[in-house]
Amino acid sequence: MMELSGIRREYVVGAETVHALDQVDLTIGGGEYVSIMGPSGSGKSTLLNVLGLLDRPTAGTYRLQGEDVSGLDDNALAAHRQQHIGFIFQFFHLIPRLTALENVELPLVLTGAAPRARRERAAKILESVGLKARLDHRPDQLSGGERQRVAIGRAIIMQPSFLLADEPTGNLDTRSGGEIMQILEQLNRDGIALLLVTHDPIIGGRARRHLTLRDGKIVGDDREAKP
Amino acid sequence: MKPLDVARMSLQALQRYPLRTAMMLLAIAIGVAAVVLLTAVGEGARRYVTGQFSSLGTELLIVLPGRAETAGGGIQGLLVGETARELTLDDTIAIARSPRVRRVTPLVLGAGTVSYGARERDITVLGTGPAMLAIQHWTLGAGAFLPEGDLESARPVCVLGSTVARELFQSGSPVGEWLKVGDARCRVLGTLAEQGLAGGFNVDETVIMPVASAQQIFNTSAVFRILTEAMDRDSVTAARRDIIEIVKLRHAGEEDITVVTQDALVATFDTIFDMITVGLAGIAAISLVVAGVLIMNVMLVAVSQRTAEIGLLKAVGARNSQVLALFLTEAACLSLLGAVVGIAFGAGGIWLMKLVFPVLDFAAPLWASLSAVGVAIASGLVFGILPARRAAALDPVNALLRR
Repeated sequence: MMELSGIRREYVVGAETVHALDQVDLTIGGGEYVSIMGPSGSGKSTLLNVLGLLDRPTAGTYRLQGEDVSGLDDNALAAHRQQHIGFIFQFFHLIPRLTALENVELPLVLTGAAPRARRERAAKILESVGLKARLDHRPDQLSGGERQRVAIGRAIIMQPSFLLADEPTGNLDTRSGGEIMQILEQLNRDGIALLLVTHDPIIGGRARRHLTLRDGKIVGDDREAKP
Repeated sequence: MKPLDVARMSLQALQRYPLRTAMMLLAIAIGVAAVVLLTAVGEGARRYVTGQFSSLGTELLIVLPGRAETAGGGIQGLLVGETARELTLDDTIAIARSPRVRRVTPLVLGAGTVSYGARERDITVLGTGPAMLAIQHWTLGAGAFLPEGDLESARPVCVLGSTVARELFQSGSPVGEWLKVGDARCRVLGTLAEQGLAGGFNVDETVIMPVASAQQIFNTSAVFRILTEAMDRDSVTAARRDIIEIVKLRHAGEEDITVVTQDALVATFDTIFDMITVGLAGIAAISLVVAGVLIMNVMLVAVSQRTAEIGLLKAVGARNSQVLALFLTEAACLSLLGAVVGIAFGAGGIWLMKLVFPVLDFAAPLWASLSAVGVAIASGLVFGILPARRAAALDPVNALLRR
């Protein structure tokens, strides 16, 4: 469960203070499928970064899985990210010199897991996203859709409760974008909460809960009636 | 994160930019090779000089009467040995019987005048035996040196130092001429080539005579010094023991002589050359520090190029300390590999130098190679800290904004 109350995030740009998030109260339960939409500069990405513990709110309280994480230091935040949150980015952010398998096992390498166990787990995950034949390919030998599938594999290898995706299909053609959405939705059906930032109303419309942001405020929070 | 994984990831990162990595390795390798080569030159020079010394008489033992209590003898004992019991020609002959002694000659010194016709000159009279020429490595200018034979027979012959010969005879040849030393007449057998100063004593201004003749002139039975040459450098210590034993037996069981060797002198030169070698190593080590600055530069570029990667690492849970460790390890790997290449360069360079200057026995001391590697790694780490800290401190949100 992610609980935000009175969250503000302000940047000082020159003499001006920009309110990227302005008094946001929000609760996201386990297993939800949420889309976050809004015009550019409305604070969608900032909200996702705050939820993902990459960014610290200027004020307000954030409880993640019941624990107050607002005042934690860098290392504690890294530990929480590692344990609870998987990230998927528009530009994949794969490490170019590592193979698909090595990219997927990276979070496990950071925890100090045994090489054999982590390799097996990474291989199994890559198989589940349909990349069984691509384990030893480097990112530049993979198509966009394949790269994003590797990134998904990396995001879920620590078995997080929340999957945070920032424009995951923004850099893909319609067909591979659709495939990525199917994989993400399958993961959601398996129990991971999926938070999706997107410009695309068709993609955003597939979620069961739609958040709309404008000027750092949540101006819409619709839930679909049927689950 | 396992250390092996840290090392593997660092090496993979270095592989990614082969040209840059190669240039860095080269910079460090040159520094390490410089240390290795310069210390090899210092060491080669040291070996050459001490080698020259041992060819010039590290086998030399000087026997003087009286007991100098100072360890190692030295100049003091050489100049002011107190005379408890005089050394004699018989002592000299007895020492010559030791199997560890190759040559022996007595030495009698005294002030005198030499005259030839109307020319007269104050000189030092040096009474000694025929072995003196070889022991002191003198070279003859003309004629012959003192004849072999009984040390105790006083013959009326002499050999002139080069200055004495020139001043008495100008350009004429003195060999075969008669002259007067003090009141005694003697015939000139030969002259020495110019020797210059040796041990503070100018041989060129002496007249050399058989030891018994000199003893007659100075009316003494004593010998000032006995010069001895051991069979080889290794038997110097044994020869010294032999000499002390022999003379002790002859002096009623009393150990009343001092034997000075050249080892102390050679040890001094050893120390001097070691200092020079250390100095050279220090100068060469500066290039390692320069290489360290280059490492810092390259690592700073690497951090800014890999900003997105650092952001990603943090997003998937890397602690700041892990990011720091990754970049520090990368710098350390660079310098370690560079040091290994440098040692190889150094070995090749030494091989080449030996080929060009076969006289000198170049060899880098082990401490120099080890400390070169140590300094290389240390400078890699020290100069890697700043970039690594910068990487660790990156804000993940900003870092991930880059594609």
